[in-house]
Amino acid sequence: MANTPEDLSYTKDHEWVRAKGDQATVGITDHAQHQLGDVVYVELPKVGDKFEASEPFGSVESVKAVSEVYMPLGGAVIEVNESLNDSPEQVNEDPYGDGWMIRIKIDNPAQVDALLTSIEYEDYIKEEAAE
Amino acid sequence: MLKRTPLYEAHVSIGARMVEFAGWEMPVQYAGHIQEHMAVRLAAGLFDVSHMGEIEIRGADALALVQLISTNDASKLLDNQVQYSTMTNELGGVIDDLLVYRLNHEYFLLVVNAGGTDSDFEWIRRNAEGLNVEVHNTSSAFALLALQGPRAEQILQGLTDHMLDRIPYYWSQRVMVDGVDCRVSRTGYTGEDGFEILCDSANARHLWNRLLVTGSDRGLIPCGLAARNTLRLEAAFRLHGHDMDETTTPLEAGLAWVVKLGKGAFIGREVLLKQKEEGLKRKLVGFEVLDRAPARDGYPVAIGDRQVGVVTSGSPAPLLKKNIGLAYVPTEHAAVGTELSIVVRGRNVPARVTDTPFYKRERKYD
Repeated sequence: MANTPEDLSYTKDHEWVRAKGDQATVGITDHAQHQLGDVVYVELPKVGDKFEASEPFGSVESVKAVSEVYMPLGGAVIEVNESLNDSPEQVNEDPYGDGWMIRIKIDNPAQVDALLTSIEYEDYIKEEAAE
Repeated sequence: MLKRTPLYEAHVSIGARMVEFAGWEMPVQYAGHIQEHMAVRLAAGLFDVSHMGEIEIRGADALALVQLISTNDASKLLDNQVQYSTMTNELGGVIDDLLVYRLNHEYFLLVVNAGGTDSDFEWIRRNAEGLNVEVHNTSSAFALLALQGPRAEQILQGLTDHMLDRIPYYWSQRVMVDGVDCRVSRTGYTGEDGFEILCDSANARHLWNRLLVTGSDRGLIPCGLAARNTLRLEAAFRLHGHDMDETTTPLEAGLAWVVKLGKGAFIGREVLLKQKEEGLKRKLVGFEVLDRAPARDGYPVAIGDRQVGVVTSGSPAPLLKKNIGLAYVPTEHAAVGTELSIVVRGRNVPARVTDTPFYKRERKYD
């Protein structure tokens, strides 16, 4: 069973968000890294890049496949996790910690409330698996 | 409705992730793609490849039919010998690649790709008209297991009295494995030593379980299609439907060694002969990406701003820890060392044409 911390927010594209004021840290969920398998490459945007909500901001690759990662909220990138260049396996090993991907400045912090809670996200995973 | 092999329940029961492949529901991975890949390189892995097709050709003209549809020269085979070959159409395009087993002088077994089994069978039957042969699609009667890796022989030897070291590379024997009547060949699609084991579907589960139990203390683990694909790519084995198809010839695919233009008539020979005389316009080459971004199937290959080809197989190579691939490029850009770009999500990433195979084991059995 995938680990889904209660203090984070989630998207149906399997990103997690740790929001604080108008800033947020973003990564992919434990469930997502399980589905992907061994991550061997992560492509991230540059600091200063701006994205709309649901726009792809990068990609994460296992040996087998490429998956895009999507912006949970509109905003600008203020920091990227450069350590994933050398150690992409952190996405598997610690998806909510060292495997974080970007920090953003959120355009509209009120939209954080529209993201999924951990319970809603767990239900969503179950629905997806049942399909 | 997807087809299932006799081992479907066995895969699900040990937590395999199942995917659709060529109309079959197949295990793509069990414990993990990289772990499975490395097990085959360093110890051993067991694959269910029962989705592969078996076509039997029997009768006085069996050899004549094989010679007509296959580009390699089956007249060179002795009983129990195995040969890699391609089947080409009238235009020299690759219908499929296959293994040809000579069981006796009037009895050949062809092992073909899952996706092509039915159409290959129809093609062979059409071309058998007027010949004294019987052609049967016996795919559903058989299961096929691939036991691959440097420890494959010692693991299999634990389940049979037959001296396996007497089966050379690309030879087969009828072998009793733990009481099950099998056709065991020293062949595979991983670049390692190992065996492919053909048995009745009814015995597959017994054999699968016994092999996993016997081999577990030697590091044997079940392996899925994901590992099979990266293993074959490191060995630069072509995958039909990706690296070659009916729009490419075996010569372009780098398989001239299985095209015996001097053996007599076969389907596609005239076109292939002409292509050989005129020279190839394009070739399948191996390349290494000089960047962390992996190349993937379908990515464009460019020189400067000009697209010159396309990646047909691309992946990170788990053993080599490099990003490698195969691509068709014009012959003038096919020399080893040629600098190319792979277009990765709009970005030109540097790559270089390299020698293949990317990985070659030290062979014991040539």
